[in-house]
Amino acid sequence: MPKIQEIARGVLAGDRRSIARAITTIEDNTAEAQELIASIFPRTGNAHVIGLTGPPGSGKSTLIDKIIREYRQRGKTVGVIAVDPTSPFTGGAFLGDRIRMQELSTDQGVFIRSMATRSYLGGIAKATKNAAKVLDAAGKDIVIVETVGAGQSEVEIIKVAQTTVVIFAPGLGDEIQAIKAGIMEIADIFVVNKADRANANKAVMDIQAMLQLNNKEKMWKPPVLKTTALTGEGVPQLIEKIGEHRLFLEKRLERKRSGEKAEAELVEAIKEKVASSIIEELKREGKLEEFLQKILEKKMDPASIAEKLLNKKFGKQV
Amino acid sequence: MSDKEKINEIAKERERWEKTTLPKWIGQSPERKSEFRNHSDTLIKRVYTPEDVKDLDYMRDLGFPGEYPFTRGVHATMHRGRLWTMRQFSGYGNTEQTNQRFKYLLKEGETGLSIAFDYPSIRGYDSDHPFSKGEVGICGVAVSSLKDMEVLFNGIPLEKVTTSMTINGPAAMLLAMYIAVGEKQGVPRDKLGGTTQNDVLKEFFAQKLIIFPPKPSLKLVTDIIEYCTKHVPRWNPISISGYHIREAGGNAVQELAFTLYDGITYVESCLERGMKVDEFAPRLSFFFAAHNDLFEEIAKFRAARRIWAKTMKERFHAKNPRSMWMRMHVQTAGFTLTAQQPLNNITRVTIQALAAIVAGTQSLHTNSFDEALALPSEQAVRIALRTQQIIAHESGVANTIDPLAGSYYVENLTNEMEKRTMEYFQKLDDMGGAMTAIEKGFFQKEIADNAYKYQKEVDEKRRILVGVNYYTTEEKQPIKVLRVDPKVEEGQVARLQKLRRERDNRKVNEMLEKLHYAAEKDENLMPIIIDAVKAYATIGEMCDVLRKIYGEYKELIVI
Amino acid sequence: MQNRKKIRVLIAKPGLDSHDRGAKIIARALRDAGMEVIYTGLKQTPEQIVETALQEDVDVIGLSILSGAHKTLFPIIIDLLKQKGLTDVLVVAGGIIPEEDIPGMKKLGIKEIFGPGTRTDKIVQFVFENVPKRT
Repeated sequence: MPKIQEIARGVLAGDRRSIARAITTIEDNTAEAQELIASIFPRTGNAHVIGLTGPPGSGKSTLIDKIIREYRQRGKTVGVIAVDPTSPFTGGAFLGDRIRMQELSTDQGVFIRSMATRSYLGGIAKATKNAAKVLDAAGKDIVIVETVGAGQSEVEIIKVAQTTVVIFAPGLGDEIQAIKAGIMEIADIFVVNKADRANANKAVMDIQAMLQLNNKEKMWKPPVLKTTALTGEGVPQLIEKIGEHRLFLEKRLERKRSGEKAEAELVEAIKEKVASSIIEELKREGKLEEFLQKILEKKMDPASIAEKLLNKKFGKQV
Repeated sequence: MSDKEKINEIAKERERWEKTTLPKWIGQSPERKSEFRNHSDTLIKRVYTPEDVKDLDYMRDLGFPGEYPFTRGVHATMHRGRLWTMRQFSGYGNTEQTNQRFKYLLKEGETGLSIAFDYPSIRGYDSDHPFSKGEVGICGVAVSSLKDMEVLFNGIPLEKVTTSMTINGPAAMLLAMYIAVGEKQGVPRDKLGGTTQNDVLKEFFAQKLIIFPPKPSLKLVTDIIEYCTKHVPRWNPISISGYHIREAGGNAVQELAFTLYDGITYVESCLERGMKVDEFAPRLSFFFAAHNDLFEEIAKFRAARRIWAKTMKERFHAKNPRSMWMRMHVQTAGFTLTAQQPLNNITRVTIQALAAIVAGTQSLHTNSFDEALALPSEQAVRIALRTQQIIAHESGVANTIDPLAGSYYVENLTNEMEKRTMEYFQKLDDMGGAMTAIEKGFFQKEIADNAYKYQKEVDEKRRILVGVNYYTTEEKQPIKVLRVDPKVEEGQVARLQKLRRERDNRKVNEMLEKLHYAAEKDENLMPIIIDAVKAYATIGEMCDVLRKIYGEYKELIVI
Repeated sequence: MQNRKKIRVLIAKPGLDSHDRGAKIIARALRDAGMEVIYTGLKQTPEQIVETALQEDVDVIGLSILSGAHKTLFPIIIDLLKQKGLTDVLVVAGGIIPEEDIPGMKKLGIKEIFGPGTRTDKIVQFVFENVPKRT
């Protein structure tokens, strides 16, 4: 086993064996995992992390297969983390999500890793997040995190993602009801897969109706898309929407960042104006020397003088 | 005394027996187990009496052979008239070798042929496809084009034999080749007899040798049924199969219920196509496994006939009695063969064959004792065939029809089989049919759970397998196994590539284009496939055209 | 020193045969013994199997084959494992593999071959005892 720094270097160089070992380190949650994350952290933040979830039978894995192919066609590299539950009785797990993506396993621009939920200290969400960081640092443009169902832990896992896609299939009406609680809040995009079925439009309307019940004013209104994973129909449109959501996030971030910057500039400007106006006044009144002398003789401290001067200028309330 | 009074009398006597006679015996030596169960988990009683068949109505539930509900057999004379077809599944190496094996079997008294194709052919790849590496001619005979089929039937007149082909995804292509070989021999289509397995539904959850997704797969099946109904009237276009369901791990009830429910699905698909039930239903045939529990198996076959007859009559309103016939082929269960002490398998096969014969099968394959180790050798195949002949001619079991009718035990088990099958039917109907059940992994889960349960029982020695977990020996019985010469692949690839050079490739491309067009337009593909086959288009080329249009199926894995 | 918390196993079916009853039973037995089991499904090429083993960073690979193509496919798989540096992975096999082929397969580096009739708990025990220790 190479030293953890060697693994980290390998990850940054995009070496597949190192990526695999790095994720194992994270899964095993050893002390070295911290060191690993620290070393690769500066190179993270470039990938777009997409969360995908939906009930069994929604055709999720087949859809992911098609999503990966679409991204590959657009020249993007893709990492996938497929999470399956650990049996609480035996501690074992059956990891079967990659089966539908197996043809892509030999594509060097794709890296697929299955993870079991285990019983992590700090939760599976943290482990998934760090595994996504590894794939991000290794240069993957897109990182997809896949989970089944919508229990509390799945919701936690999916929060790792920047964009969350929730997949349904027609005829799974009960599942939609059951799932809505946690998932409706965090979904950025809804997909009704198997759209070639007769009752696909009804499923779309059901979801839209549920979204209207939940009509808090939001900057981003989650769209409801239709796909047919078997043929790939609707997948390019889904990729476009995911892209739009990313742009939305970036703009929001930009707005936030510009806001912060403007505030800082304002603070600077106020400081300068207020200070210079008080100093100028003291100079005109010939009192500046007097205050400086008091500071030098340690009779008063600068903060108390500033307070006194401000009180005089703006009144007691300052 | 009325029947009811008689039953009450017997019940009283049984209670007395249980209180007086029985405890003395059990006191002296307890029974071997606290409870006895068969493979489908039915609790088996110590003894069966008229109480256990008190609701049996002879004319309603059994009737006479050749009459509704056909519980006792589909023909009035059954094996007293004609023995079942002894049909040994065979094929390995190249077409010349298999042709020799066919001739050998016919000479030894076999009455029907059954082709085992190799994996590349079954999965729709030519012998020179990268996936075919190491697989050509290994588990069956390699057939890529009509050229191979011509060699396979060289010197075997098609009007004299019937041929069964274990083929599903590319069934249309192989049937087309058989039709083409017949034409070359001067045998018209309406004289050809045989069967294509062509049962894609069970592929999705049991055999898993599937090419196309469910919808187009079902369309191809229906094309073949429709085409045969019109043009190849003596052909069984489909053999609705429980064998693989059993081999994959299902129990006897699951085998019965899932197979018959697949049958219902095919009937529905044909009706949707606009066919009339009495036109196509008489040619539907079935294929089951025969396992080790003799009476359970006999009950299964009897129940199968009764349920199918009732289903065709009540659910589909068939009028022609032939539409209600369940004609079946049976194969002894390959899964029961042990690699340990392989000669013991001869005994297992005998018991299994006995079940099928006593229960009135139309056709039977008996496995060879060495098949847990490799493909069967000539000697092993002969013994397997002799087993059928000994039962036919020496045991006397074929001298009367349905000899176990009226057995309290067998009738009770037959009823139980029917009851549990109907429960599955209800569940599947509620679920929305076989296609939805496949998609939800319902069949897969049922089968996987039962397979695991069976293995646990063997591991924990709750189920005894002689020579495996009991009565084991260290000594190895030297068995000479058949090996396929790796040169077969080379030869087959060379032959195929020669064909590609020498055939009229312009014509082949034209045919493949027509196939593409017909598939897009959703036409019946049989006519164009026959034309393409005659132009020597290969299975791989034709399947590739369809893969482009239909896509490829990826299995849903349920563990 | 790293403390491996779970044994990760890849159950793979090379070749074109579809007899997955055994592979699935083994997958289930290993899972029930507390391992994390990745199952690839049918019809896997040697390249897919080795890439999957690499990405999943497994400790054990179980190859199941009943088509008779083991003599062609196993050497390719072992060779690819070496090429990718996966030399510390325990490789075992099961299915129908004639007695006379077993020495050759073991020489390749396949640690054990489990034929028909093997008890699942024997296989579980073998994996526990032979899984490579990672340091």
